[in-house]
Amino acid sequence: MVLSKTVTESDVSLHSTFASRYVRACLPRFRMPDNSIPKEAAYQIINDELMLDGNPRLNLASFVTTWMEPECDKLIMASINKNYVDMDEYPVTTELQNRCVNMIAHLFNAPLGETDTAVGVGTVGSSEAIMLAGLAFKRRWQNKMREQGKPFDKPNIVTGANVQVCWEKFARYFEVELKEVKLRDGYYVMDPEKAVEMVDENTICVAAILGSTLNGEFEDVKLLNDLLVTKNAETGWDTPIHVDAASGGFIAPFIYPELEWDFRLPLVKSINVSGHKYGLVYAGVGWVIWRNKEDLPDELIFHINYLGADQPTFTLNFSKGSSQIIAQYYQLIRLGFEGYKNIMENCRENAMVLKEGIEKTERFNIVSKDNGVPLVAFSLKDHSHHNEFEISDMLRRYGWIVPAYTMPPDAQHVTVCRVVVREDFSRTLAERLVSDISKVLHELDTMPAKVSAKKTVSEEKGVAVDTEEEVTKKITDAWRKFVADKKKTLGVC
Amino acid sequence: MVISSTTADYDQNLHSTFASRYVRTSLPRFKMPDQSIPKDAAYQIINDELMLDGNPRLNLASFVTTWMEPECDKLIMSSLNKNYVDMDEYPVTTELQNRCVNMIAHLFHAPIGEDDSAVGVGTVGSSEAIMLAGLAFKRKWQAKRKSQGKSCDSPNIVTGSNVQVCWEKFARYFEVELKEVKLKEGYYVMDPAKAVEMVDENTICVAAILGSTMTGEFEDVKLLNDLLTKKNKETGWETPIHVDAASGGFVAPFLYPNLKWDFRLPLVKSINVSGHKYGLVYAGVGWVVWRSKDDLPDELVFHINYLGSDQPTFTLNFSKGSSQIIAQYYQFIRLGFEGYKDVMSNCHENTMVLKEGLEKTGRFNIISKDIGVPLLAFSLKDSSKYTVFNISESLRRFGWIVPAYTMPPDAEHISVLRVVIREDFSHSLADRLIADIVKVVHELEGAQSTVSTSGVRDGGTVEHGSRVMERGIAKFWRRFVHGKKTSSVC
Repeated sequence: MVLSKTVTESDVSLHSTFASRYVRACLPRFRMPDNSIPKEAAYQIINDELMLDGNPRLNLASFVTTWMEPECDKLIMASINKNYVDMDEYPVTTELQNRCVNMIAHLFNAPLGETDTAVGVGTVGSSEAIMLAGLAFKRRWQNKMREQGKPFDKPNIVTGANVQVCWEKFARYFEVELKEVKLRDGYYVMDPEKAVEMVDENTICVAAILGSTLNGEFEDVKLLNDLLVTKNAETGWDTPIHVDAASGGFIAPFIYPELEWDFRLPLVKSINVSGHKYGLVYAGVGWVIWRNKEDLPDELIFHINYLGADQPTFTLNFSKGSSQIIAQYYQLIRLGFEGYKNIMENCRENAMVLKEGIEKTERFNIVSKDNGVPLVAFSLKDHSHHNEFEISDMLRRYGWIVPAYTMPPDAQHVTVCRVVVREDFSRTLAERLVSDISKVLHELDTMPAKVSAKKTVSEEKGVAVDTEEEVTKKITDAWRKFVADKKKTLGVC
Repeated sequence: MVISSTTADYDQNLHSTFASRYVRTSLPRFKMPDQSIPKDAAYQIINDELMLDGNPRLNLASFVTTWMEPECDKLIMSSLNKNYVDMDEYPVTTELQNRCVNMIAHLFHAPIGEDDSAVGVGTVGSSEAIMLAGLAFKRKWQAKRKSQGKSCDSPNIVTGSNVQVCWEKFARYFEVELKEVKLKEGYYVMDPAKAVEMVDENTICVAAILGSTMTGEFEDVKLLNDLLTKKNKETGWETPIHVDAASGGFVAPFLYPNLKWDFRLPLVKSINVSGHKYGLVYAGVGWVVWRSKDDLPDELVFHINYLGSDQPTFTLNFSKGSSQIIAQYYQFIRLGFEGYKDVMSNCHENTMVLKEGLEKTGRFNIISKDIGVPLLAFSLKDSSKYTVFNISESLRRFGWIVPAYTMPPDAEHISVLRVVIREDFSHSLADRLIADIVKVVHELEGAQSTVSTSGVRDGGTVEHGSRVMERGIAKFWRRFVHGKKTSSVC
């Protein structure tokens, strides 16, 4: 227990926090303070500062779960002091992870016998999951090339330019070249034909996305598989597929069960999914599943045994909390297949309500598809006076956080607003958002577009002079666009 | 909100969970169940199964924090649904991370000016921190070699064989060779002189540990720095040092402020520390700090700007919870320097209490040093009749989890028990542990004498032999298990 020194100021425990001296002093920012402060003061000060963060549930930019049942919160708090990696000390928690891996593997139709255990692991998120999957591919490819006596110093991955930033990180950190299939206006995901064209003998895998970050679309993994099978038969390169199902992995099996995208396709060797997106768990859990043992090179696995039971571990992180793993198991058994299906159908319904409401304003084009992750991406029909960034800004005043992005190359001229419909986004909230968007549009209509106003002024004066205000606005617009350009690749996931 | 279908069983809400049908069916293990179940049932079933996990606070194997103040628990709960990476949406949380980085950098005497901000990042733990630091070294070394026109395909790291498993992971995943300085009996950390000998032109860095996992010892970073400076002058290789201060980083500045191990030594370019060890936060937060901007190659950093302020990000993980970062900041301002110092002093005191109690039994050698991370590693003076593995097992019956390990090469013949003293291990618990160890030792000695007498009497019958064989097999497995385990417990 913390034994603090006896407090010299006898009135400290008498005064409430807001009457005490602690709220008068400026909080230290760069150096640890010398003295302790009472825990109530510490709690209050931090709590109050955090009030100025956005409200997570109104953050419509994020796919990541922002609400769980109170019973689950109880389980989470009770396990917050369990270090997940102590498998010997917490065998039940380890067992729960294994059960989750098996359930997810079966959900993805992994070719397992009745008594086989699935090959997979829980991670901190899809970033770690993708790095592990990529590592496995890289190592397999290196072994194969070494056997064939060929050079293996230039591995590459083929993927669409719509990939989430973790693929770029993987490429940069693990020294793999990223070959991106460029998008185009109206086609915002990876084109399977172009992807297969780009495959060469140094390609360690082709990565398809089930649930593109920008518009929620599912890439056609089946077509990719078929084309790649043909090419593999010609070249003999055996290039495999990885499906980044970070968002879509917990959607497609429930509302699009006939869609073939998972291990039913023979070239798919590994799949990652985020437990904290439509797995309906708070931030901090992801899963990666391999088709079978051969797809995960044994040299990458560290083995821990306790009394005969082999526990293989293959993660980048070591110590981490157990809460999210337990929460994931809770969701899997609490909801079951029917529960997840109900939730995804609700999300899709509400996304349709939102989409129709936005279409009714007749000012927007809908960029997202109906089939895919339940989100609505829309852009303005008319950009001459205002743009999506202004709409995004003004919606903040109402409390909504709706991000605006430009598409990746080669569709950078297209800007969209995106609303992700999560489990806790009800129809009532959808209708409220639509009405707030309409209000914003009306406000913007009454505001003169600064650009056109400037033109008229300068025409009158015969000189193109920017007022100070216009200069500021131009600079802010430039920064905002610069930010958004950078931000879209980091993808609020 | 979850809208489940209307329940067919009208009596579902009437019965308590333990009266319902849910506790009669076996929980699905490998396939997702088809049906939903009520949340109370789900909670109860999982909660009950988890009762069979060990009690985290009696887990004396782990350095990782197992208790925090209720006020902090409140903060953690309320930030569970904040995705840390949404920096634009949660600017205050991001700001708190930056403040933590700066506080830690100053704690480690990073050479930053008054207005400079420190270079560092919050991670999920020391594993991620070490991988990031290692990546930075690897990239800098590659750039240097390329500019010299030399080959850069065989990088290596020099470290002691007492390293935690994450260094082996880093080496294997990022294709860097691990050159380990072997230990020897009585010297259980990396020998600086031997380490410097092993440095060659392909060495991207030398990694020293402040707080060895096995014995809690602090490696002599200053000596390493001095020897390496000399060698660098001769060779011109400029080999840098990384200090893995996972445990020691939050102990040394408070208990041993004059010990020079951090950025005060010029060759130290990056340091990692676990927030969730003596940073006194629950599992899931670590920190890595670089000396200066030059030590972190810009090509590894992804930049996020929002309205002008630059937020560099360089982590392996993307989405993760914000709770631990906020908890870390809470601890920094709640405890302050004096609070941390008090906690560490208490831990040190209680370690001494435990050490004296064990020495009094006359049966143990103390392997750990007084100066270091507050833990106690001890081995049996006489292992012929029973081993530390027997003691470890028997202690479990009392509720204690005290692990037994063999040392890494070349000292594998030494087995130790290790007790880590965390913030929440009080004097009373120490006394109780000593009493229980004494009980266990007496039991084992009593049991041993019974076996030996009966063995003499029976003259080695087959029946008796099978029991002995069973025990031998169990012992073998246990040792095999624990042998593997050396790498796994942080």
